[in-house]
Amino acid sequence: MTEAKTIYDKIWDAHLVADKDNYSLLYIDRHLIHEVTSPQAFEGLRMAGRNVRHPDKTLAVADHNVPTTDRSVEIEDEESKIQIEALKNNCAEFGINFIDMSDIRQGIVHIIGPEQGFTLPGSTIVCGDSHTSTHGAFGALAHGIGTSEVEHVLASQTLIQKKAKNFKVEIVGTLTSSISAKDLALSVIGAIGTAGGTGYVIEYMGNAVESLSMEGRMTLCNLTIEAGARAGLIAPDQKTFDYLKDRPLAPKGDIWDKAVSYWKTLPSDPGAHYDNSIKIDIDNLSPLVTWGTSPEDVIDIDGNIPKPEDIEDEAKKNAIRRSLDYMGLEAGEPIKGTKIDKVFIGSCTNGRIEDLRAAASIVSQNKVSDHVNAIVVPGSGLVKAQAENEGLDKIFIEAGFEWREPGCSMCLAMNADKLLPNERCASTSNRNFEGRQGRGGRTHLVSPKMAAAAAIAGCLADVRDFI
Amino acid sequence: MLGILFNMEKFSKIKGIAAPMLSSDGNQFSMMINIDTDMIIPKQFLKTIKRTGLGKSLFHEMRYDFEGNEIEGFILNKDIYRNSKIILAGNNFGCGSSREHAPWALLDFGIRVIIAPSFADIFYNNCFKNGILPIQLSEKLIKEISESALKGNELQVSLSGQIINCDNKEFSFEIDPSNKNFLMEGLDDIGLTLKDTNLIDSYEKDADNNLPWYTL
Repeated sequence: MTEAKTIYDKIWDAHLVADKDNYSLLYIDRHLIHEVTSPQAFEGLRMAGRNVRHPDKTLAVADHNVPTTDRSVEIEDEESKIQIEALKNNCAEFGINFIDMSDIRQGIVHIIGPEQGFTLPGSTIVCGDSHTSTHGAFGALAHGIGTSEVEHVLASQTLIQKKAKNFKVEIVGTLTSSISAKDLALSVIGAIGTAGGTGYVIEYMGNAVESLSMEGRMTLCNLTIEAGARAGLIAPDQKTFDYLKDRPLAPKGDIWDKAVSYWKTLPSDPGAHYDNSIKIDIDNLSPLVTWGTSPEDVIDIDGNIPKPEDIEDEAKKNAIRRSLDYMGLEAGEPIKGTKIDKVFIGSCTNGRIEDLRAAASIVSQNKVSDHVNAIVVPGSGLVKAQAENEGLDKIFIEAGFEWREPGCSMCLAMNADKLLPNERCASTSNRNFEGRQGRGGRTHLVSPKMAAAAAIAGCLADVRDFI
Repeated sequence: MLGILFNMEKFSKIKGIAAPMLSSDGNQFSMMINIDTDMIIPKQFLKTIKRTGLGKSLFHEMRYDFEGNEIEGFILNKDIYRNSKIILAGNNFGCGSSREHAPWALLDFGIRVIIAPSFADIFYNNCFKNGILPIQLSEKLIKEISESALKGNELQVSLSGQIINCDNKEFSFEIDPSNKNFLMEGLDDIGLTLKDTNLIDSYEKDADNNLPWYTL
């Protein structure tokens, strides 16, 4: 009898090029690159006189730096312009497919991978961006890498790796109209902490995970890195295959059928070993919001901001004090009703069509509060076009939202979209770190519906009051 | 410095001042936890297309006020810590983004060793690619070393012996043998992998037959 394996074990074994002393060489099927973490890798190749082994296995797009305003005018920020030009030139020099800013397919790298069918079940996918974990939604082994590793993959199509441990996260219960994949992800991070997944690959399972759409699964896997795990993945099923069929870069015809047969063998075997596991029941879950400066600082929207004195661990107690001070919040007070200045709907976490539909369903027939500046940044040109076909843009614009061009935007504020000091934002993005959305800016992570509710209420609000 | 040589600086003994990253309620100090990559090097400095020159922007928001003046209380702005080679910190150091600009900024400042109870996975890997040694020690020992560092005592870190010497005390640490070897030898890991090109060729030949749906 063969050993029972997890899906991670199976993908690992299928991609093993060599086992060396104390490390393994893993084959990489798909490589995504963007403008921020690739220029030094290309420079390294040039200086060592090395080539790109498989230009066709890398796909490039500019997303972090791009303006989300009028694309017909030149980029104002000189450094951003140089970085985007450098990506374009590097791709031309090494023969890599580059999706230009003027192309409707342009968007956030983790949104366009699945959209184009570049992301496939059972594949290994890397990108110089921590949210590469997103692609795990398709049952791919996908994770972020540094620039030196980007260079390594470009040169060799392999990565030096040590195998991580298996972590089973089972989520059970029924999703409601007020609870989204974002709430599931935040509840996992709240439960295990931002270092809870360190050293592991997480496999999500359970009926709540199965019931998620592909978009929802991407949100869940996207936030895996915020729990510290190398990757998060979900076994592929019919929903996965239906999503990918006929995508431009997905296999076609006979090869597609064979691929599906193979992908059906990927789910973890009964009795497979997990080094760690937790079970989360979402039946009584409230919509969640972060109060602090770490994604693990999660509370129910009807909960109170924690008090440092209730925490025993000295380091955590001091961290809470620092966060409260940074966030301008009072310990023990309700989080609901906290006045906000900005709302950001978008990012690789929540910039897909389903996220925009969810937010629009709350926004419809309502107005953005007078003191709030609210923007919607679709995750890609194709998401934007689809939303416009469905009339979602009009719903947002009529309510007082700004409707922008695709990119990472205010998730990390590398472009012009950012918070000013002390501005408070309800954001569908992934990090509430100090300064993340702009120096001195205060970020509350929420689901798209919760962000929409906050925009209308002018404060952190309970989406259940709007449904 | 040339990018390719940048990876190849051999790591031997590091002796120098260690800067403890602390959080405090005024009475008791503890090590600062969850020092993320946005703290280490904020996004506005990621627009560079070079690896060097980021040291002056290390910990930018903790280190400088809005006008660009040094914030007096921040540890690296205190005279004896301006030339620190070692950082002492709390749990989950380097969490957040995959930006290698974080180790580049630390290295450019002069940091060669980071001691924390735990590190985020991607950051940890990125350190070894840049000649920085991340050491895992218990929070208790790090506090003890921090107390000594705050008195101005130097630390000596020996990678070969896996020993930290401080104030006549000795602390041993664990490290994965391959990571140790990469640092000690200053190996160019791409060059090493490319020596196995025949193995990669052979993997690809098999994969083209067995897993043709991944061939583009």
